[in-house]
Amino acid sequence: MRETQKRGGRRLAMLLLLAFTVVFLGAVVWLGDAWQGTALATDFTRKNLSPCLTYPFGTDWMGRDMFARTVAGLSMSIRIGLLTACISAGIAFLMGLMAAVMGRFADGMIGILIDLVLGIPHMLLLILISFACGRGFFGVVAGVSLTHWASLARLLRGEVLQLKESQYIKIAERLGKGRLYVAFWHMAPNLLAQFVTGLVLLFPHAILHEASITFLGFGLSPEQPAVGNILSESMQYLVTGKWWLALFPGLLLVLVVLLFHYIGQAACRLIDPGSTHE
Amino acid sequence: MRLEAREVSFRYGDGKRKVLDRVSLTVESEERIGLIAPSGFGKTTLLKLLAGYERPNSGEVLLDGRPLTAYKGYCPVQMVWQHPELSVNPRRRLKTVLLEADWEKEAKDRARIEKELGILEEWKERYPAEVSGGELQRFCIARALGQRTRIFLADEITTMLDLVTQGELWNFLLGELKRRRIGLVAVSHSPELLEKVCSRIVRLD
Repeated sequence: MRETQKRGGRRLAMLLLLAFTVVFLGAVVWLGDAWQGTALATDFTRKNLSPCLTYPFGTDWMGRDMFARTVAGLSMSIRIGLLTACISAGIAFLMGLMAAVMGRFADGMIGILIDLVLGIPHMLLLILISFACGRGFFGVVAGVSLTHWASLARLLRGEVLQLKESQYIKIAERLGKGRLYVAFWHMAPNLLAQFVTGLVLLFPHAILHEASITFLGFGLSPEQPAVGNILSESMQYLVTGKWWLALFPGLLLVLVVLLFHYIGQAACRLIDPGSTHE
Repeated sequence: MRLEAREVSFRYGDGKRKVLDRVSLTVESEERIGLIAPSGFGKTTLLKLLAGYERPNSGEVLLDGRPLTAYKGYCPVQMVWQHPELSVNPRRRLKTVLLEADWEKEAKDRARIEKELGILEEWKERYPAEVSGGELQRFCIARALGQRTRIFLADEITTMLDLVTQGELWNFLLGELKRRRIGLVAVSHSPELLEKVCSRIVRLD
């Protein structure tokens, strides 16, 4: 009895954490969008201010409000992260199902493709694709989404191979059910838990890689308020003692990444195969 | 219809031991065969070969003179397994198990079979983990009794049940098989049951 109460409590705590995280991230996205203008406004009467009540994150050498700029940058990062994680997970899901539906040859090809993408260092492939696609928003989205599907696809493919041997799928085949029916009605429900968890855990990766590629100069264009840009610009002023330019945006980025990580873990626990009907 | 295993041999993977060594068996529709052998003598394996789940290393399985593998789509030979909990998708509601049976959605026979098997409406909305093994096995039996089924293979399908329920299930099955002229191959550890149910007993040793 006590055990079930405890478990119920843990579930509730998880749901609260999940709700808080979603609200917080939603607020960042919404505020960042609303503050696009404020983030770009320059005012040389207030340049290089250290953090105070009016400007909690200080201002930079052009007198831009770093708080608005950071939130706008994170908003952009989260949106790119959402988009690329969804595309990546979609690719992974399709690859996994194709390995199931299209037979041994397709399965082998998908295996080779996964090894290929996983074999090349992440950053290198990311830079190559982003550069080839002309950098900017499109380059970053293409680069991140085309490099992040492989590990999830491998996980799903392994699951599919295991499912193929299960009794109920063999029975369905004997009952004359086609491969598509089996893939969508028997395999997909079993892949869902892995898929959702994988999708959410892709966000932090996508956001961090978006920030790093922009930091290196192969991503978003320099005038856009992106966390990568903010950090790379602040590098030049760090030695002159403008510590707030890097610290707060960096901390907020880490916070957002951690929150996504927690959402992923909470989702994983909530839809854990063993506790579906708790 | 006539299901025939001709001199089939089978071993699992690269295993040294032949589970089946040149075994022959013929079943006609309207015939009910009981298979008896000690554990490990390949009763389940023979059923798997007869239903097309495995292919023999040598010999052949023929249905009306044609190889079983030549039948595409619905297989007229249907098998019910010993472990119902492995035979249904744990993530789908039980009504989907029944919908996989080979009947039109509103067919009278579908409703009749479900009723005679004692499947309650409330069970259909549940997940497999939420009903007992015996209840689950009824769904598996209903699924295997579609309209195109001609031979029914039963692999210890009532081992997990008490005697009364066992009797009920077999009573229903016998009636259904006789009326629709469906052949039966049954495996059980209980010779008494097989003698009651079957028209012929085959020993595998």
